Amino acid sequence: MIALQAKRSHRNERIAKNVLRAAAMFVVFAIAVLILYLMTEGTKTFFIDRFPVWKFLFSSEYDPSEKLGGAAIFIVGTLAVTIFAIVIGGPFGIAVGVFLSEIAPSRMAAILKPAIELLVGIPSVVYGWLGLTLLVPFLRTHTSSPSGFGLAAAGIVLSIMILPTVISLSEDAFRSLPPALREGSLALGATRWQTITRVLLPSASSGIAVALILGIARAVGETLAVQMVLGNSTQFPMGIFAPTAALTTEIVIDMPGATQGSFLEHELFSMAFLLLLIAMVLILLVRFALRKRI
Amino acid sequence: MTRNAAFAALLLGFSLVAPTPAFADTSISISGSTALLPLVKDASGVYQSQHPDVKISVSGGGSGTGINDAAAKAVDIGDSDILAPTHPELHDNRVAVIGFAVVTNPSVSVKNLTKKQISDIFSAKVTNWKDVGGPDQKIVVINRPRSSGTRAVFTKTVMGGVPVSESGLTEDATGTVVSVVKQTPGAISYAAFSGTHGQGLNELSIDGIAPTDANIIVGKYPVWSYEHMFTLGPPTGEISRFIAFISTRSDLIQKNGFIKITDMKVKETDR
Repeated sequence: MIALQAKRSHRNERIAKNVLRAAAMFVVFAIAVLILYLMTEGTKTFFIDRFPVWKFLFSSEYDPSEKLGGAAIFIVGTLAVTIFAIVIGGPFGIAVGVFLSEIAPSRMAAILKPAIELLVGIPSVVYGWLGLTLLVPFLRTHTSSPSGFGLAAAGIVLSIMILPTVISLSEDAFRSLPPALREGSLALGATRWQTITRVLLPSASSGIAVALILGIARAVGETLAVQMVLGNSTQFPMGIFAPTAALTTEIVIDMPGATQGSFLEHELFSMAFLLLLIAMVLILLVRFALRKRI
Repeated sequence: MTRNAAFAALLLGFSLVAPTPAFADTSISISGSTALLPLVKDASGVYQSQHPDVKISVSGGGSGTGINDAAAKAVDIGDSDILAPTHPELHDNRVAVIGFAVVTNPSVSVKNLTKKQISDIFSAKVTNWKDVGGPDQKIVVINRPRSSGTRAVFTKTVMGGVPVSESGLTEDATGTVVSVVKQTPGAISYAAFSGTHGQGLNELSIDGIAPTDANIIVGKYPVWSYEHMFTLGPPTGEISRFIAFISTRSDLIQKNGFIKITDMKVKETDR
């Protein structure tokens, strides 16, 4: 009897293990297929259409109907909105993270945390819509921008969208510090501000780096909200209020015309592949930052 | 009882996400031109109320989407403002004629522009309204994406093939263009009559000719095109009946700002 039970639980164990392993294998398989597909489709611009890689990266001549696939404008556009977003959203998010972990009374944190988590749950189309109806008219009347669409509008919308990522990850970074650090610093007579800036902030630096990198990753990949307020002009951003286009937004805008096998389709796949490469580099940076901590 | 209610709710849910044969004997899917969209939506509503066994789902996406979707069998009918020379397998069903207006924000006092002036504005040679007889105000050019049929018609008939400058904003649907022009001082764009009429926009005359159906019918106003409903091969059954329904219902065509093909006194080649 007991032997039978042992045998059965042993079998269950084996089944469970295999099911879990199959799930894991499936994920690996799906990712591999995705990367391979993007890689083959994304390099057709260079191998089939013979468009040089350096021109794709550094030329601003974009006219797919003439087989000109310079994506420099969109690369610069993506960099510009991302930098804009992280310059505003980064420090702000870290500040809120510090506040939640070190300063806020627990009851206040109990209200603030769900509120911040709610920011994650708001769909990006809603952010874009708010940007379109509140931010764009505001920028139009209060800045030199005649239309209100542009880098600033997209950057501000994005800076709010990356806040939850930056806040929760930097809060975690502070919370995971050993209490002895805080206690030691305070025991030596340091004020709370001194403790935060001189002791905790340097110790949590790798965790904060991860928060910022994942914030950047979110900003690079965001499409809809950015497309709604960026203006989508195929030109380099001529100032912080000027309209421009990013990799993600250009893919959305040009997708309807991308007939299968056309240069435009290959070109858009190349942009998608580039976005994947950027994401990979960012993830590698995260691994690197985390390794440093241990 | 509760099980029946749950079952009914489940069926209702299905009918909302995807029309199932259990509820409709025939379903027609349509995508494409946002210029033709108002007419197709209106006509499909009337058609479905007359034929409860037919379910028609309509979406936009632009003329490029319509052509690609129809060619890829993703939809039964692909709407387009332009021909599809790259897809010879598609059957062209002309259902109506649509005019396109060059529109500005109501704050712009200019009422008439020559083709040359419009061409200069959209190729970014002229960037201030004062250079074309208006107030000292920056011009905000709003374009449609490269795959847009409206943009293709505009470039061909007004710009004379001169490419539009990419420094303008790009908005991807007729409706968005209209709302952005409406709220942006100094804005100029182009859109189908079906989207611009009755919206409180400033619709410009071109070379002194007002953008009206009457002027299109007699061939005076140049910016118009046939609206195509592409099918993969000649349409059959319910699809062909729906296409015939759209192209013959004068009341719906007029109400939505379109022109019946049989009313036209000129042909495309006369421009």
